[in-house]
Amino acid sequence: MALDTQALGRAFEPHTYAVGREQIREYALAVGETNPIHIDSDAARAAGHPDLVAPPMFAVVYCCAAIEQALRDPAVGIDFAMLVHGGQEFEWGPLVFAGDEITTQVTVADIHERVGMGFYAFASRSHNQRGEQVCSGTWTQIVRPRT
Amino acid sequence: MSALEPGTELAPLCVTPEREVTARYAAASGDFNPIHLDDEFARSVGLPGRILHGLYTMALLARAQTEAAGGPEHLRRIAVQFRGIAVPEQEIVISSVVRERDGNRVVIAATATQQGRAVIRAAIVELDGIDA
Repeated sequence: MALDTQALGRAFEPHTYAVGREQIREYALAVGETNPIHIDSDAARAAGHPDLVAPPMFAVVYCCAAIEQALRDPAVGIDFAMLVHGGQEFEWGPLVFAGDEITTQVTVADIHERVGMGFYAFASRSHNQRGEQVCSGTWTQIVRPRT
Repeated sequence: MSALEPGTELAPLCVTPEREVTARYAAASGDFNPIHLDDEFARSVGLPGRILHGLYTMALLARAQTEAAGGPEHLRRIAVQFRGIAVPEQEIVISSVVRERDGNRVVIAATATQQGRAVIRAAIVELDGIDA
């Protein structure tokens, strides 16, 4: 498999996600969060937060559109049917709350071939409306060859 | 909260996801890949049936850490490698051991297993703001 690496270093258009209360709640309940600051606005405020607190892994939600755009870019050329999520890393800054606007930019950090498979690493950087970096991520996708 | 000192094993988090959890997670996360929703499609690509989202299992692993640390504000970093598939209606066990401690900063090694098989192996978690 000759891997096309022309997209290496490519930076995609930033995408802004407005964080909503119900989205935080829906996500928190789906992953079984028990801490009321993710589910009950009054409890979040009583704990000193401005509104519902997004669980850290809610990063996958506010990054979703920016990452999808990169994964599906024809210049990257991923064979979707053969895609496996190989690894994931997140580093978090300040907490994200309902009402925040999070802007995420994705770049192609690495493309290489190993043991006949394609390894694609995407880097995401997410900032809130005050310009603080709330999360950086590395998304490693493995594309198996078609046999 | 027990002291997070090197060698301390956190109480394991054990979750048996309901069959509907993949649909709920898809709706919450925006990942509607049919391998997570449609048993027949999943089998057509060589899977045993619908499988859990890898990022759902990672979220369970993250929840185990934030619950042990006393809140989400303590979680600085998680790095995982996905090593196997997990399916609904079978127990997932998150196991975590403290590896390092430097002041109020703690490094934890964690795994997610299902029926003894690794789903996430050698996850590295960094916490901060942990009181002695």
